[in-house]
Amino acid sequence: MVDWTDEGIVLAARPHGEGSAVVTLLTRAHGRHAGLVRGAFSGRARGVYQPGNRINAEWRARLSEHLGNYTGELSAGHAAAVLDDPLKLAGLSSACAVADASLPEREPHPRVHDGLAALLDAMVMDGIGDAWIAAYVSWEIGLLADLGYGLDLDACAATGSNDDLAYVSPRSGRAVSLAAGEPYRDKLLPLPRFLVGAGGGDPDDLFAGLALSGFFLERHVFATHGRHPPPSRTRFVERFAQGTTLSGGGRRE
Amino acid sequence: MGDLDRVMQLLAKLPGLGPRSARRAVLHLMKRREALMMPLADALANAARSIRACSVCGNLDSADPCAICTDDRRDPSVICVVEDVADVWALERAVAFRGRYHVIGGVLSALDGVGPEDLNLDTLVARAREPAVTEVILAMNATVDGQTTAHYVADRLAPAGVKVSRLAHGVPVGGELDYLDDGTLMQALRARHSV
Repeated sequence: MVDWTDEGIVLAARPHGEGSAVVTLLTRAHGRHAGLVRGAFSGRARGVYQPGNRINAEWRARLSEHLGNYTGELSAGHAAAVLDDPLKLAGLSSACAVADASLPEREPHPRVHDGLAALLDAMVMDGIGDAWIAAYVSWEIGLLADLGYGLDLDACAATGSNDDLAYVSPRSGRAVSLAAGEPYRDKLLPLPRFLVGAGGGDPDDLFAGLALSGFFLERHVFATHGRHPPPSRTRFVERFAQGTTLSGGGRRE
Repeated sequence: MGDLDRVMQLLAKLPGLGPRSARRAVLHLMKRREALMMPLADALANAARSIRACSVCGNLDSADPCAICTDDRRDPSVICVVEDVADVWALERAVAFRGRYHVIGGVLSALDGVGPEDLNLDTLVARAREPAVTEVILAMNATVDGQTTAHYVADRLAPAGVKVSRLAHGVPVGGELDYLDDGTLMQALRARHSV
């Protein structure tokens, strides 16, 4: 018999039979890991296995390659805390769907787990406005880095300077300064200021950040497997764009 | 395959029944052939022939429009939007709602590949635009998918100019605070009201 305990974030729960579910958790030490939860949709457990909730999970199987069974208890009910907020709910669904669709199974990514946990904690905080969206973008860029597709935002790819970085090359994923990128601005992706520690965080910057991480996720993670980004991410970006007034379509003027 | 095996195999596919309970059910039916088996077979055949989805609300009935949509005693100004016909039955059991329903037939779900185009929403928007309708109640489940769908439906209904409300979330009747999860308690505190 193989078993372990770990903290995990619910990414998905697929109904299996009448009351059970195959639950996918993003665990800290065991990565994205699925297991059967008996009675997952029973009265007592129904609220536990919702995407975004943090669980203290125990996994047990006869052999390590088996699906195995999860038992667990709720440690943080993030899903219920954001049910009333359409944008946060869309963000939570998007983060869980992106993690579920992009991470390989049973491969530990503790930084992605910790980042998602911190993002979910930020989401449920009151009074932080849209600041959590910057954390969302940073988490997706960290996810890309953990999967081997990190962006290089430290210095300009053309001049080597770290002053006035304004764009990202869609080809190399490296930052480009405002002056060096000006002739190619229509081909470059806008670099949100909050990603280079230069303040920002206004709607244009946040939208540019979502577009930036979305572009590289689609190219490196989803398109290479012949897939599209999860619909929940598309809905999240659409909802954010609908609810805010963008001055320049996400481009720095 | 014999007839008995065929019946057992079909019954075993029903929710709540497995092969063993299907065998017991078939034996019981055989023992009460006249009193139970024949009427059941007739009822199933009739239901399969006549039951259809109501073209107005999506409820299941042998008449179209359904009995709820044609009931003059029900309030036509309030529409309660539910995920599934089972939710209509649950609300009818509670005898707490005297308006009309709209069954959208599921929830948005990336896992199951259910998008807005798969839900019965166009007819809901058209119904909400009718002058007689003043309020739409969103009675989706308090799950991530259910509430994501509720927010989406609310957006779709915004141009219709009707009041859109949703069911309360919080402490259930008979619930003890000590046993509630943090999220439910948070919802209950947010939705508190003066007494």
